This record gives sequence, structure tokens and C-alpha cells, in this order.
Amino acid sequence: MKTESVLEKVLASGNLAVTSECGPPRGTNAEIIKAKGELLKGKVDAVNVTDNQTAMVRMSSFAANVFLKQAGLNPILQMVTRDRNRLAMQADILGAYAHGINTMLCLSGDHPSFGDHPMAANVHDIDSVQFIQMVKKMRDEGKFQGGADIDNPPKMFIGAAANPFADPFELRVARLAKKVAAGVDFIQTQCIYNLDKFEKWMEGVRARGLHEKCYILAGVTPMKSAGMARYMKNKVPGMDVPDEVVKRMAGVPKEKMADEGIDICVESIQRLKEVEGVAGFHIMAIEWEKKVPEIVERAGLLPRPTVS
Amino acid sequence: MITAERKPLEELIEYVRPYDRILLVGCNECVTVCAAGGRKEVGLLASALKMAFAKEGKTIDIKELTLERQCDPEYIEELVPHIEDVDAVMSMACGCGVQEIAKRFKNIPVFPAVNTKFMGASEQQGIWAERCQGCGDCLLGLTGGICPIARCSKHLMNGPCGGSTNGKCEISPDVDCVWQLIWDRLKALGMEDRYEEIIPAKDWRTAGGGGPRKIIREDLAE
Repeated sequence: MKTESVLEKVLASGNLAVTSECGPPRGTNAEIIKAKGELLKGKVDAVNVTDNQTAMVRMSSFAANVFLKQAGLNPILQMVTRDRNRLAMQADILGAYAHGINTMLCLSGDHPSFGDHPMAANVHDIDSVQFIQMVKKMRDEGKFQGGADIDNPPKMFIGAAANPFADPFELRVARLAKKVAAGVDFIQTQCIYNLDKFEKWMEGVRARGLHEKCYILAGVTPMKSAGMARYMKNKVPGMDVPDEVVKRMAGVPKEKMADEGIDICVESIQRLKEVEGVAGFHIMAIEWEKKVPEIVERAGLLPRPTVS
Repeated sequence: MITAERKPLEELIEYVRPYDRILLVGCNECVTVCAAGGRKEVGLLASALKMAFAKEGKTIDIKELTLERQCDPEYIEELVPHIEDVDAVMSMACGCGVQEIAKRFKNIPVFPAVNTKFMGASEQQGIWAERCQGCGDCLLGLTGGICPIARCSKHLMNGPCGGSTNGKCEISPDVDCVWQLIWDRLKALGMEDRYEEIIPAKDWRTAGGGGPRKIIREDLAE
């Protein structure tokens, strides 16, 4: 075991892991993040906390991680390279680890032009691959990126994202291979709606043995409505929502759409369970955390294993 | 070349409003090529300023002059015979030229007439695009001759982010995904393996992170 991460232990035990995510509040009300945590407690192995997602200012992932940790959950510190240089990133990693946070997700982040501070400096001192290298060096060599020794190095279980649906498709396996070579331990994928394409990507992943070098958690997001399906299809970069999914959502009465979205999500998980190399699921119920327990249960992923 | 765009006339009017005699100085290098501050633009701006002030009932004396280069002290000397007769200088060169004039003439105000934009190339008539950020440690040998520092919206050095769609960047359908361009070129050259090499975290000192940059060529410096 590289770390004390519960997520690592669940994955190493051979169980399908389940993670979910919480978006922190756009303000200082800690009760919001605590309430989201309560909904997920015992239903998932670990909970990502987003870092200024869509480039909108929110309570920091670090601070929200601490609230979840205190509430007995296993938070995952998401961190983007967009907002901080390598000094600030390493400082937060030290602080988070000192608070008992041992799992993180290394991202480049949405571009500032999508958010409410498009005028902000776009830092990107390092990219996501270099970010993985930095956290691994901190953990395995006990050294800062700059080379100096760390007193009591942070032992982070290192995650990253992969989007099998972005272009160029033929580069997407090689992109994952680069993150593996950099030292990533686990991957959470972009939301999967085009299962055929995901399976094709996984074929490429298996052909290079990458599924044996990192754990791949398949990302799913339940749709609330046909409008959301259309929005994700047409407006979200790198998202692949097939027409039949939009049609299926639009084909039910409005009051039934949310149920249909949950059904699609559960069915996707059932099918993805059969894909060799899928080590678990990352359920991103955007501002809909209360539905996660139902999805996890109906997908046959309860009870969650206990690990020590 | 260094590209530039002329500032809005309203801003320039306010700069020169307090003065009666202006020396308007163009540059025959980059800003001429990108049609922002060469001899022709000097003439156009001088006329526009005179007309704007004429409407207010004010006469302004504008002397027009275009130097071979404003980033070179040798050429700045050519302004000496004219500087006594004016109250202020407006430079149509890039920021380098404006500063050379300010350095040479301690007692006369100098104002920029253009916004200096980026180091770029001409894509077609009237369109220039960024190509280089002068990071001081060129990566082009690793990336198929196409720069991810200048042309990826996130400076990604190890491949495309998850927002690359149909060859375009997530920020706009008008922006090419540079990693799509790099990948297409590596493929065309049969150099796909090059992609698998991790480019390590960059040392930004050469890009300005180490403070203002300077080149000293011992063999040339006196």
C-alpha cells in the first residue's frame, strides 16, 4: 500500500470502488457542505470536493475537505493548476495531509473564460502530467518539486482525470499512458453516455496494459431533464451525449424525466461493470447529491466494504 | 514580428489634450508590417487628431516622423533636432520604442499610440495570430514545430485537455486546439513516439520569472 487512503484500500481489495463529488458553497455557509456529506456518508468510499469548478469562485476544496473529514467521510482534494503556482499547490498539499487528507485529484481545470472571473490571470505554472509527477515526488522521494527535503512527506493517493470522448480520439489512450508514466494511481473519467465509445477506449487501454497500472473509475452523471441532456450534448466541451440518450430523456413526461435519468445512470453502471479494467465508479450527481444513495443501491454497489 | 493595434482615438485625444505641439513618431519595422504604426498610420492619426481638436476649436501642431527603428538608440538620435520644438511625443511603435524615447528624452512626456499585443505571424491579409511567448527555452523541437506555450489556452505541455473538440479549443470554435495541430504534424512526420515523452515542469526563469531579462553577448558587447 502506498498510502493510508481508504480508496486505495478498497481498490486493492478487489472491490468495485464508488466515489462521488460535492461542490462547495458559493459563500461561507459550512452547513451546506456538511449536509451534502451526510447524504453520502456510508454510501460511497470517498468524496471528491471540486476546486473552483467551471472557474467560479467557491469555498476552497481544502477547507471543505476538512469539514467532510471531521464528519467522518473520506474526502478527495481536487486541485487545479489554473489558480495556483507550484509553491501554493505544494503548500496546500502539506496542509491538507496534515489534516488527514490523503487522496487527491490532479487537474488542469476549466479555462477562466467559462467562469465569473474571466479577467483573472491564468496561472498554469505546471500541467496535469507535471502535477502528478510533483505529488509523486513529494510522496515517494520526500522532496519538493524544487528538490529540497520535506519533513514528514505527504503520502497522497494520486488521482487524475481522463476524457475518452475528447479529440483527437486516437491520442486519448496515449494521454492516459502519459499520466500513468507520471505516476498516477487512479483515474476518474469524464461522464460516460456513449458507452460504445468508452468500451472502444478501454480496448486501447487494455491493449497497453494501462488498466493494470492504475485503477480506472468510470464516471457517470444522472440527467435531471431532457434540457440538461441537450445542454450537455451541445454546450459542454468534450462531452459526448448520443442522440438516443437525448431522445430517451425527451420521450417521457416532464415529471418522469428525473426518474428516467436515474434509470439510465443505473443501467450504464450495470453495463460498465462488465467492462474489463473498470475498477469502480465515480458518480457525479451535480447539485443532486441526494440521489447518489439510490443510484449506488440500485446499481448493486451497497453495502460498501469496510477496510482497515 | 511584434504585433500591435492602435489605441482608440478617444484615449489618444486625452493624452495629448494638454499640449499644443506634438511629435508623432512611427516605426518602420514590425508595426509597419502589421499596419498599426508605420508612416501611413502616422499620417492617418495626425489627421484624425487635428480634425478632432478642430471640432473643439483648438489648433494642434503635429509633426510627423517615422524612424527606421525605435528600439535602437542609434535611430532615436534622429529625433534630437525636432524635440526642442514640441511639448510631447506620441510613439506609434511597440512598447520597446516608447521606452527608448522616454529613456533618451528626460524632460519631455511620451505617450503610446498603440497597444503592443504579441509575437505573431500573419495568417492572412489583415489577420495576425500569436505564435511565440518568448519563454526563453524553446520547446518547438519537441512539439513538431508548433508551440503549446503560446498556443494552448492552458499552456499544456503534455497533450490536449478534455475540452478539445473537432480540432478546436474549448474556449472558442475560432481557436485551434494546438495539440490537435501538434499531433497531426507528428503523425505526418512519423514521429508519434515523440508524444509519449513527458515534457517536465518548465523553468519559468527564462520566461521572465527570474526578473527582467537581458542578453549579453560578450563577443559583441563593448
